[in-house]
Amino acid sequence: MRKVDLAIVGAGPAGLAAAIEGAKRGCSTLVLDMNPLPGGQLVKQIHKFFGSQEHRAGTRGIEIAAQLLHQAETEEVEVMLGAEVYAIHDRTLEVAWAFTGDSSTSSSGGGATPPSRHLAIAARRIILATGGAENALNFPGWTLPGVMGAGAAQTMSNVWRVLPGERILMVGAGNVGLIVSYQLLQAGAEVVAVIEAAPRIGGYGVHAAKIRRAGVPILTSHTVVRAEGRTQVEKAVIARVDSSWQPVPGSERELDVDTICIAVGLRPNARLASLAGCCLHYSPRLGGWVPIHNSRMETTIPGIYVAGDLSGVEEASTALEEGRLAGICAASSLGKSNPGDDERIAAIEERLISLRSGPFCQPRQDAKQELIEIGEVQCCKE
Amino acid sequence: MRRVVSHPVLGTLTAAREVKIYVDGKEIRAREGEPIAAAVAAAGIRIHRYTAERGEPRGVFCGIGQCTDCVMVVNGVPNVRTCITPVMEGMIVETQHGAGSEDR
Repeated sequence: MRKVDLAIVGAGPAGLAAAIEGAKRGCSTLVLDMNPLPGGQLVKQIHKFFGSQEHRAGTRGIEIAAQLLHQAETEEVEVMLGAEVYAIHDRTLEVAWAFTGDSSTSSSGGGATPPSRHLAIAARRIILATGGAENALNFPGWTLPGVMGAGAAQTMSNVWRVLPGERILMVGAGNVGLIVSYQLLQAGAEVVAVIEAAPRIGGYGVHAAKIRRAGVPILTSHTVVRAEGRTQVEKAVIARVDSSWQPVPGSERELDVDTICIAVGLRPNARLASLAGCCLHYSPRLGGWVPIHNSRMETTIPGIYVAGDLSGVEEASTALEEGRLAGICAASSLGKSNPGDDERIAAIEERLISLRSGPFCQPRQDAKQELIEIGEVQCCKE
Repeated sequence: MRRVVSHPVLGTLTAAREVKIYVDGKEIRAREGEPIAAAVAAAGIRIHRYTAERGEPRGVFCGIGQCTDCVMVVNGVPNVRTCITPVMEGMIVETQHGAGSEDR
């Protein structure tokens, strides 16, 4: 069985940041990701990030992914792609490795089934950074081909360069709905409307202004009533909603669209953590069920850490910081530390607090604090 | 659907080696390294499978390997997530009906 000091599940911002810190401290570090590309959801973020200089404001997500990968490579982190961890027990990860991710070998099959093999990896410490998943929205017709997550549409157009549809209805005017709408316009689609059930736009004004300038109406207090079409989306019916979120009779309107994108939030992808036996806590402000963790990002299973959207849906910037924290703490628990790590941890904690400040983010800070307080009681103390 | 050839941020789509796959017997030219789901979407195919009980069509929903809505039969193997499985030369892809094979 392959043995490593540190195994990390997920090659997004949290996982890569954790890997870099672990490797910097002398841990043999392996990152596993089921996707064919590393970088997590950064690879489709073609917009410039907000925030402070130290959180790479003004840098596009795709560039941050490239920087992280370069750093990981420099620190001799191994990234294994097409590798899905389907079980964890006794610090052993069971992995289904579907393909190599290396096109030079994967394209030589001549019609063969993709190579698939099972691997077991023994890790002294495990960091789960499995990210989030888009929420679905249940309405008649929501299962028709052409109804998809806004993130799916973003992946299709920005990563794979295939337009997911020609005429699009975006459901949800949070930052994801607004940003993806703009990016679909950039890719050449027509965004017929952005609708939002709440009476006001949830995302930043600057994003809303960009798509309004492009002539896309943003209809607040509107919901999607149904999708119509025989084998795929041919039409959407929307309606105004009243103050108790009910469609107002007579306000229905048909939109000629072939695609409906759903941008109604994300939830932590806690399935693997749950399988591994980590205790979960339900936190609406963090997006749903999250693994309980202490201030060192360690879960209720000793030696298993979490970071990023899995431990509460936030931003790439917070995922990076949590990843760093988890990486430093996991390495430290193996007796591998660098001089100045205590100060580094304090600085990360300070930056996390500043990222979670302001009226929009403070509720997350409170929820995170509550989670950590539970963790301090329930997780093992070293 | 169509390829996003020119893009204000990402630039012009660079050439990629062509990989031929066969979807329900029809030859499709894919870009090396892309997942099956991107190749079939570019060819205008949106239905990946039909559900077991009601025979309802399903397509791509999450696009990142989490929801399993986009599974198809690939080289005879059912339930392959087409959104995270890269194309391979000569790959045989079929629309999946129900669980994808009678003996399952």
